[in-house]
Amino acid sequence: MEKRVVFQSGWLPYALLAPQIAITVVFFFLPAFQAVWFSFQLQDAFGLKTEFVGLQNFAELFRDPHYLESFKVTAVFSVLVAFFGLGLSLLLATMADRVLRGALAYKTLLIWPYAVAPAIAGVLWAFLFAPSIGIITYVLKGWGVDWNWIINGDQAMLLVVIASVWNQISYNFLFFLAGLQSIPKSLIEAAAIDGAGPGRRFWTIVFPLLSPTTFFLLVVNIVYAFFNTFGVIDATTQGGPAQATQILVYKVYHDGVKSADLGGSSAQSVVLMFIVIALTVIQFRFVERKVNY
Amino acid sequence: MVENRPLLTFFSHATLILGVVAIAFPLYVTFVASTLTLDQILAVPMRLVPGDQLWANYSQVLVSGSTKGSAAPVSLMMMNSLIMALTIAVGKIAISIIASFAIVYFRFRLRNFFFWMIFVTLMLPVEVRIIPTFQVVADLGMLNSYAGLTIPLIASATATFLFRQFFLTIPDELAEAARIDGAGPMRFFFDVVIPLSKTSIAALFVIQFIYGWNQYLWPLLITSDESMYTSVIGIKRMIVGSDAANEWNLVMATAILALLPPALVVVLMQKWFVKGLVETEK
Repeated sequence: MEKRVVFQSGWLPYALLAPQIAITVVFFFLPAFQAVWFSFQLQDAFGLKTEFVGLQNFAELFRDPHYLESFKVTAVFSVLVAFFGLGLSLLLATMADRVLRGALAYKTLLIWPYAVAPAIAGVLWAFLFAPSIGIITYVLKGWGVDWNWIINGDQAMLLVVIASVWNQISYNFLFFLAGLQSIPKSLIEAAAIDGAGPGRRFWTIVFPLLSPTTFFLLVVNIVYAFFNTFGVIDATTQGGPAQATQILVYKVYHDGVKSADLGGSSAQSVVLMFIVIALTVIQFRFVERKVNY
Repeated sequence: MVENRPLLTFFSHATLILGVVAIAFPLYVTFVASTLTLDQILAVPMRLVPGDQLWANYSQVLVSGSTKGSAAPVSLMMMNSLIMALTIAVGKIAISIIASFAIVYFRFRLRNFFFWMIFVTLMLPVEVRIIPTFQVVADLGMLNSYAGLTIPLIASATATFLFRQFFLTIPDELAEAARIDGAGPMRFFFDVVIPLSKTSIAALFVIQFIYGWNQYLWPLLITSDESMYTSVIGIKRMIVGSDAANEWNLVMATAILALLPPALVVVLMQKWFVKGLVETEK
């Protein structure tokens, strides 16, 4: 889409674009190219000597069992976050779409977790689940569950999944609600006249018509689980115990900042960039095509 | 409502109430903990009725901070968060509104090249290019400064896209009329485009304010000086050890203070928030 009417000026458009382009070049392109460049290099422990090693960093990365484990952890984590995040918010959105009384109040009370920073969400849930003083831990102990996420990897994973889902649920809820409200009421009425009950109407009409929203949210939630949950993890498990919750982004940070392995961390950054680009392309391809139902 | 099914309506309300309660539960416990003494919190199980330490805990963190981990007062951290959130929100809106004005209303060489350059950045969150971005900022001497905290996060493709989408819906007749009346591009920008964009600006402001306030990884990397901590970082720095070693009453008071401003923005500006959220993702 293009404008028919435009203004003429030799220098003005460049001046208007200059701030955005300058910041983009300095803080996006320069670092991205540097990441690629570092990923081909090997630096000694004191950062005095660097040596060009080609693809060696990548080869080592994919031979490293810790890195492959981190891939698996990320996959499990993002599937769990996306599944529970979408499932629960779809349930709540469907119910909120049904009720007439108190709809605005419910909506207001369901959207505020969006405003909570992931790191704070992590702290809140870590406190509830704290092994010695947590109030949920106390209840679980009463039921005979031995809860300690500091030493139990599965429980640590469960904790970060709960905190991440809680943090993301309002976002999913709002998009599902908007999607539900855009479904023509006449379709649902027609089905009701033909004798379809609420459950049947949901699965044969509402859910298929909602699929563009669901797909969009699926990609967004995976991206969220990949990158934005850094705060949740750093504030709670810090990737532990024994790397049970060390997702890829956390490993880039851990190897680069804490272990100062510049080449290895940059190679991981490059791999992540490819994943992001792939996800973005998938999103644009499918969402643009499927959105016109 | 297609038909009247009292049982299903009851079930809907029950589900929603359960959802609301489950979602609010962590916040409630946090609030209660922020009104108790540390001993009361450590007495398992913690009581679930607010105590009388509200004033004591909040005034202590606001004025003098915690005694373990970070000792910076939380009022200072909140000021830093506010400066960061406002600079990022206003800065993003300012640079992207002029950039998209240039892209939509002018024809010039390399226009598509610049457009794609901005578009590509949509794909690269800070988390992916942590170390090199940190090095660039360190080389520029911007560690522990407001400039370092905000400028790298100001460039964003999302805002540019939102404005571009919106500008394309402004009728051509307006620009034509402005030109016939002898108005230059900047006159048209300030007198026509900006007033028309008010709702988009408000919506974007809400989203970007929350984004800026809640930043975590970036301030964590580039602030080592306590006086530059934002409130989200402050909480993390207050948690130093295992369960019983932390001053949970103060940590929880800080958590409430750190999440209150963005939560208020979301609840009070709900209309703009929903609009901004749904539109920036289109």
